[in-house]
Amino acid sequence: MITKRIIPCLDVRDGRVVKGVNFEGLRDISSPVELAKFYSMCGADELVFYDITASSDGRKIFTDILRETASKVFIPLTVGGGINTVEDFDRVLKCGADKVSVNSGAIKDPSLICKAAKLYGDQCVVLSVDVKRVDGKFTVFAKGGRENTGIEAITWIKNCVNNGAGEVVVNSIDTDGVKGGFDLEMLNEVCNAVSVPVIASGGAGKIEDFITLFKEIPNVDAGLAASIFHFVEVKIADLKEEMAKANIPVRSLV
Amino acid sequence: MIAIIDYGVGNLFSLKSSFSAIGAKALVTSDKAEIENADKIILPGVGAFGDASNKLFGSGLGEILINEANKGKPIMGICLGMQLLFDKSFEYGEHKGLGLIHGNIKPIADVIPKDFKIPHIGWNALELKKDSPINKYVNNGDFVYFVHSFYAADCDEFTVATAEYGAPLTATVQNKNVFGCQFHPEKSGETGLKILRAFTEIKGAD
Repeated sequence: MITKRIIPCLDVRDGRVVKGVNFEGLRDISSPVELAKFYSMCGADELVFYDITASSDGRKIFTDILRETASKVFIPLTVGGGINTVEDFDRVLKCGADKVSVNSGAIKDPSLICKAAKLYGDQCVVLSVDVKRVDGKFTVFAKGGRENTGIEAITWIKNCVNNGAGEVVVNSIDTDGVKGGFDLEMLNEVCNAVSVPVIASGGAGKIEDFITLFKEIPNVDAGLAASIFHFVEVKIADLKEEMAKANIPVRSLV
Repeated sequence: MIAIIDYGVGNLFSLKSSFSAIGAKALVTSDKAEIENADKIILPGVGAFGDASNKLFGSGLGEILINEANKGKPIMGICLGMQLLFDKSFEYGEHKGLGLIHGNIKPIADVIPKDFKIPHIGWNALELKKDSPINKYVNNGDFVYFVHSFYAADCDEFTVATAEYGAPLTATVQNKNVFGCQFHPEKSGETGLKILRAFTEIKGAD
């Protein structure tokens, strides 16, 4: 039985982990390598590293950190942020990333997903999409949630999957940082629209939010969160224990 | 020394790092002499079978691997590398494999229920079927990380572990000194490192 995955997300800038609330007011937290090792030991099923560096110097620091993490942490590692070309895929894959997540890069160049999937396989290409309700319609936002693209989200996600995206991370801007639970309505629509794994992001505040997610939407494959794990508001070991009690299949650590 | 075969398929950084983590010396190479001098061989791989098979045979590495296996040297294929150990694959056409383990590579869609997602991606539990030195440190139910859309079929005789995904999918195989894992031990946490350690401890015939 395949298990439901719990994925901590680390936003990295200038070599440090940061996390904003509703994408603003970034706060420095910790060393990415140490945090990744800690999460791996605690039972995280996968890690996402998000590069929010703007400068090329910062990009170099990021790949150094990625390489160090991948040489010490032996669970799947997804990298996103600043992925605009197949050369960007190559850069992070060589440093030990297993999957690469594209967001704004796929909006700027709609052929990016197709090109990357042909080169590295569908399993390597993750579509990350920031979605917000605008006049009652699910709408794609770019640039870390700052720019309304006007693109209808469900059609966009379907097209990207048809082009070769092997997984979809759905981040609801409406619930992100609010800690009131995942956006079940949005996730349900996405799960009904595509047959690839769907990863829920945005809104988890407590253990029960994950239980509700996996119980209400059995087709969701994974739950992603950042600050609640970084600030130890939710311990991954406790979360997995509660999921197991609720008969949700999880990977237990021996 | 363990030779990790570099034939231009996939990223070998994590694999090499995982051997370092268990204190084993590993070398990423496509050099004939280095492969022949190695105590053990790892055949990695991600991507499409046809492309990988062409690269392996086109570079002459395929013949070297077959020779080394026939001499009794321990060889382990990982993911697509495991699939390449078999006779042939039906992934987009029909392609020749190394024939070191008998069986065929077929789509998982042939055997799993329609409502199961493809690829089979994520952590799944190993169900141990037979004793094998590769499972020396592994317990029934230990979790490992899978990413694949094709699986090894017609190989019950060589299957030492499976994973349940609507149907039992071949997870670990052995034919004498030739081993294979469909999952990624280098991405399967402590359990994966234990499997790699068990491989490093297997004694070859020469």
